Amino acid sequence: MDSTVNTPADRPVSLLSGSILRWAGLGGIALIFLYVVWGLYLAGEPVFAVVMFTLGSIATVLFGWARFYTWRFVFPAVAAVALFILLPVLYTSAIGFTNFSARNLLTFERVQDYHLARMDKAEGSARAFGLTEDRRLYFPPTADQPALITDPLTDAEAGNLTATVAPVEAPGLQAVREVIKNRAVLQTLSVTAPDGSVLTMDGLREFAAAEPLYILSTDGVLLAKDGGILTPNHKTGFYQTADGQQISPGWRVGVGWQNFNKVLTSDGVRQPMLQIFLWTVVFAFLSMALTFAVGTALAVILDWQHLSHKGLYRVLLVLPYAVPGFISILVFRGLFNQNFGEINMILTGLFGIKPTWFTDPVLAKTMLLIVNTWLGYPYWMLLIGGFLQAVPQDHYKAAALDGSGPVRNFFAITLPQILPPSVPLLIANFAFNFNNVVLILLLTRGGPDIPGTIIPAGSTDLLGSFTFRLAFNDSGQDFGMAGAISTIIFLITGIIAYANFRVMQRVAAKRSARG
Amino acid sequence: MMVEDKTTLRWRKIAAHGFIIAFIALIMFPFLMVLSISFREGNFSTGNLLPERPTLEHWALALGFDYTRADGTVMTPPYPVLLWLWNSIKIGLIASAGVLLLSTTSAYAFARMKFAGKSTVLDALLIIQMFPAALTVIAIYAIFDALGQVVPWMGVDHHGAVIIAYLSAITLHIWTIKGYFESIDPALDKAAQIDGATPWQAFRYIFLPLALPILAIVFVLSFIFLVNEYPVASVLLRDTDQMTLAVGARQYLYPQKYLWGDFAAAAILSGLPITVLFLICQRFLISGLSDGGVKG
Repeated sequence: MDSTVNTPADRPVSLLSGSILRWAGLGGIALIFLYVVWGLYLAGEPVFAVVMFTLGSIATVLFGWARFYTWRFVFPAVAAVALFILLPVLYTSAIGFTNFSARNLLTFERVQDYHLARMDKAEGSARAFGLTEDRRLYFPPTADQPALITDPLTDAEAGNLTATVAPVEAPGLQAVREVIKNRAVLQTLSVTAPDGSVLTMDGLREFAAAEPLYILSTDGVLLAKDGGILTPNHKTGFYQTADGQQISPGWRVGVGWQNFNKVLTSDGVRQPMLQIFLWTVVFAFLSMALTFAVGTALAVILDWQHLSHKGLYRVLLVLPYAVPGFISILVFRGLFNQNFGEINMILTGLFGIKPTWFTDPVLAKTMLLIVNTWLGYPYWMLLIGGFLQAVPQDHYKAAALDGSGPVRNFFAITLPQILPPSVPLLIANFAFNFNNVVLILLLTRGGPDIPGTIIPAGSTDLLGSFTFRLAFNDSGQDFGMAGAISTIIFLITGIIAYANFRVMQRVAAKRSARG
Repeated sequence: MMVEDKTTLRWRKIAAHGFIIAFIALIMFPFLMVLSISFREGNFSTGNLLPERPTLEHWALALGFDYTRADGTVMTPPYPVLLWLWNSIKIGLIASAGVLLLSTTSAYAFARMKFAGKSTVLDALLIIQMFPAALTVIAIYAIFDALGQVVPWMGVDHHGAVIIAYLSAITLHIWTIKGYFESIDPALDKAAQIDGATPWQAFRYIFLPLALPILAIVFVLSFIFLVNEYPVASVLLRDTDQMTLAVGARQYLYPQKYLWGDFAAAAILSGLPITVLFLICQRFLISGLSDGGVKG
């Protein structure tokens, strides 16, 4: 490839082989996509199949058509974001319009199969049995049926023994103890009687024929053995009896805006949600501002030409970023412990105070901000350190001639230079903290609880962790409700992201116009 | 040379060093505590910074060895920490390479090419990226459950699924790299164009080599982010032997089985490789990010 850049003579040849390679590659990619699409369709996932087909088609067109040359650079990135962020967001919102939950987990077909597979003892089919000395099954005669005997247990074929009419003379039977000993084998055994019925073990003393509890009738109605009927109700996602009783398990059905109505009209959900929303905004903003301020301050100091040992300082200061966050958070949970945590031990020794980090809402929030600043400042320190390299040194020289101090230098020269490239990263940082679910779940689990609410809502809960706790943790998994609240969070996130983005854009534009 | 008063300069130096050292002391406190806890006896965290009777029990267990206590009881490692660490590193490295590839190419297009809908796509990416992965895990599970039925290595409990899902964590990196490309003198493009280079050649032979320092930073940032990622990995990886460290580490601190000491040793063990990676990348992290595109 290197030669093509420098020697034009080579170009036609390598262009030709290049284009053959390209078409072959393109065909290969298209085939792979088709294979996956077909497989998804066969696996009963039409939605994903359509999505994959769309992506594959776009990829083929972009890479096959010179017109879309530029888009080839962008498409893979956009596709990854669309497939693994946008699609899940839409899919989660769609779940918000269903009753998908622990009670309505399966599809309708699976629920139907479940009911149809349920077996019950057939009326009057029970036969007492015993185990003979040579390990055959013997069924004594009843009023209207002759005695039956099978081959020895060891002769069973695929777990089935055939019974024949036994001689009139009853064989010697072993005690029930032997039956218990062989229970494991007996329970997997089926016995085919001369009349064709199949008997299975029903208790320690009886074998009986099983028959399905329900039979599928027309219109999907299930006829029960006792004459009752089960009607599928596709509005509630349950089979119901004639008097309206719902039979578990249920299946997934669309329920429209029901989940959203519950969220917006049920006081127990709506009131804490407002409070949590405000705290989420405050937390996200303060986290962003604090980490940016600390990180920038450190980066500026480290950038100072007269400072020695920069390398060592930088390594040590970056350490909080190097250690995986999930570990640091758990460590802080232990260190902040009110009774035996090392932080309170030191505070008691120095000042005689013992802050209640986990039970006082204000202190809990303070703790979260401290930990989050500790976790987040190195990111800004690294990035700002990079941006500082681009600030022209001439400016500082000119300022020094003017007698400008370091503080004035920072606000007059440094900040205007590093802020514009930071704006999009600040927005992203805000949104990240807006949804910093892992921090909350690992450190405070949302606590302390907000008093007087019906649902588990904590004063340090972010909207995201609140949804997690409401839907996934406590009272059964309610994916539908979680989807509905998630949808609301997505909307809020989107609106804030957009508004924030526009405001920041304007600020940056003004600043650069002034500078 | 810059004109600065000698006395003022010395006081400023002392203040700067003092501030940094005090700050570092504050930052290092949790690390020292964890180090101390990992050498303490038992699994309860009380005592001095210097353990009174230091023991290697937690470290032996973290490294996967049995440990025989003084009273003869043999402790066996509760979890395969090293395997988790390897899983994390493997997934982190492969996915970061992919992230780098996707974000560099698209950042180049966004910074240096003109095409319809460019700003729309950029804004949309920014906004989409902010949607929390933690709330879409049901859907992500469903996607990979379906994909796994067609392509097994992309299914649930396979590292391939996690790696592919991680390829979407690119928007921040696109912006970082794009900012760098934009700072490169436009004269370079023109020169390349006049020499007859296609945009791909200009990207591959001119911009990519120039961007190496920022690419190193993005790679490290991406790696750290992915090793830390919890929600997606926790949903896609259920089997103990397939888990990443982020998913597995939580198992140490279940209320019923609280292994604080073992956790501390495992935590340090897993933090080390990433720190080492940082030290290796130090050269790139510090060296001038924008040496300037126009040279020679």
